[in-house]
Amino acid sequence: MSRTLSYREAMREAMHEALANDPRVFLMGEDVGRYGGTYAFSKGFLDEFGPERIRDTPLSELGFVGAAIGAALGGMRPIVEVMTVNFSLLALDQIVNTAALYRHMSGGQFSVPLVVRMTTGAGRQLAAQHSHSLEGWYAHIPGIKVLAPATIEDARGMLAPALADPDPVVIFEHAGLFNMEGELPDTRDDLTVDIRSARVRRIGTDVAIITHGGSLSKALAAAGQLAAEGISAEVVDLRVLRPLDTAAIAAAVAKCRRAVVVDEGWKSGSLAAEVMARIMENVFYELDAPVARVCSEEVPIPYAKHLEDAALPQPEKIVAAVKGLFA
Amino acid sequence: MNIDHHAPPPPAGPVPWQSDFAVGLLADMVRIRRMEEKSAELYGAGKIRGFLHLYIGEEAVAVGALHALSVEDNIVATYREHAHALVRGMAMSTIMAEMYGRREGCAHGRGGSMHLFDKATRLFGGNAIVGGGLPLAVGLALAAKMQNENRIAACFFGDGAVAEGAFHESLNLAALWKLPVLFCCENNLYGMGTALERSESQTDLCVKAASYNMPALRADGMDIVDVHEITRQAVQRVRESRSPVFVEYQTYRFRAHSMFDAELYRPKAEVEEWKTRGPIHTFSARLKAEGKLTEEQFLALDAAANAEVADAVAFAEAGTWEPVEDLLKDVHTPEGVAP
Repeated sequence: MSRTLSYREAMREAMHEALANDPRVFLMGEDVGRYGGTYAFSKGFLDEFGPERIRDTPLSELGFVGAAIGAALGGMRPIVEVMTVNFSLLALDQIVNTAALYRHMSGGQFSVPLVVRMTTGAGRQLAAQHSHSLEGWYAHIPGIKVLAPATIEDARGMLAPALADPDPVVIFEHAGLFNMEGELPDTRDDLTVDIRSARVRRIGTDVAIITHGGSLSKALAAAGQLAAEGISAEVVDLRVLRPLDTAAIAAAVAKCRRAVVVDEGWKSGSLAAEVMARIMENVFYELDAPVARVCSEEVPIPYAKHLEDAALPQPEKIVAAVKGLFA
Repeated sequence: MNIDHHAPPPPAGPVPWQSDFAVGLLADMVRIRRMEEKSAELYGAGKIRGFLHLYIGEEAVAVGALHALSVEDNIVATYREHAHALVRGMAMSTIMAEMYGRREGCAHGRGGSMHLFDKATRLFGGNAIVGGGLPLAVGLALAAKMQNENRIAACFFGDGAVAEGAFHESLNLAALWKLPVLFCCENNLYGMGTALERSESQTDLCVKAASYNMPALRADGMDIVDVHEITRQAVQRVRESRSPVFVEYQTYRFRAHSMFDAELYRPKAEVEEWKTRGPIHTFSARLKAEGKLTEEQFLALDAAANAEVADAVAFAEAGTWEPVEDLLKDVHTPEGVAP
């Protein structure tokens, strides 16, 4: 029997399960305890698991992310919630210079079994400093794995394998998804998903739309509109941004012979650019048209709604980009 | 505020230790000195490359402090950490092989001089980002606390790190959460070429630490007796209170910051004055005066140190290179290997 859950509830359930199953797991971050989580992901956890395991931190992103790395090295399995990707810039040194490099620098002596979760993305009129989509930056770094759950199934199922991973995993949760609802099976043992592969979310034959995170629903909406106009779009959800599932990207593009990459990051130096490069490297001769992309415009994200909407990828822009390939 | 760049008065008073223990600590300082002198020579010969930060002059700090800690404790160090690795128990040959970039080094040549790690002796690096190790030590102490372990975390860092946000965030977290961390500040008066008073509005580092509501002690880092006794007190306080303590070791580096440093920022007379307080010769003179060390014993331990260095160099010279086919190793943990 299936049940309906929101993305928020799915993530909360995944964390609850991890905390209940493994005494080494604990949650730390700003306002995860008494406040119940900035986005209510950990509501009620403090009462149930206590302040040692549901650990409110000061506004010290560098300090508490570094402390989580140390705790992981010391035998714990921390889930560290950095409220948003915007604030993760304050912790970037610890994530990049310590967590990602530690195993290599130590010649394989130490691993860092750390999970960092953070909200990403724009679309809620939060203006320039609260609207970043920087998962592409993180995906640049060897030594970490980068996940972008875009469905209820992934919100529920990615955390357990991330915690089981011996190396640092960074999970990006798009803020526009938290109230999205979907179906999940009741049986608990079915809920873990793989954190290795991309997944086809809509099967099509004429164009591959490759995307992730908050842009998945926009890509699916665009695919719906295109279907009405006789263009069959396949939608690939990358899910795992590092390491990229190059084989899945190549397979979809080889099949459809046209591709549009949709990425909420800015175009220059984007993850979209990396996906396009892999298409060139692997399936260039299968293409019937140059690969196109829809990214955020090269401007800080504005506050006013009409401008914010204009700055971000939208279904209409995706439709237009796809049609451009058939012109 | 200007601070006194003069060396402290020479250490005085009786050495409160049995001869064996005292001579053992002296021997460790000599081992470090000989290893470092050889490293500088090998750098000149092109055998060691990259950055090389020497600890010469500061030996009393690592030796005196680390001998006050237990083998179960966790150690976090900086990029000037050859001494800490050696005193902690890493073989000199392993250190030397790592600096040569050899497969037989502690990180198979992946890390070099600045990244000495040793799981066996609980040495968590070797961190080349100033201040980068402090949050790590806080987390190691948090893990110990959450798992009801008795171990503490000792974190070494320089005066330069005190200007980093990581210093302030870490001291606050450790005090706020009552974590067993020993913060060991090796104040050698310069963050690379910038004197402390040119980077700090408050140059009394104990005042800074104390503002985070933790005990802050000061030790003469040129006097191994003071270093060890103060650290012993500090370690005891950390263990008993399960809360952090800060220790400032006032010391001085006799050599350049790294091998690229022309030392334009400090007067030669200042360096010479501090050298008269060198931790090895002042300590050995005291021991001799007290009849706890003979010249023959000193020559013997020095010869042993030189022999150990020669063996380490021979080991590194005979070492192998990690095959390029293994280049991508150790980015991630292999399947089935527990972290």
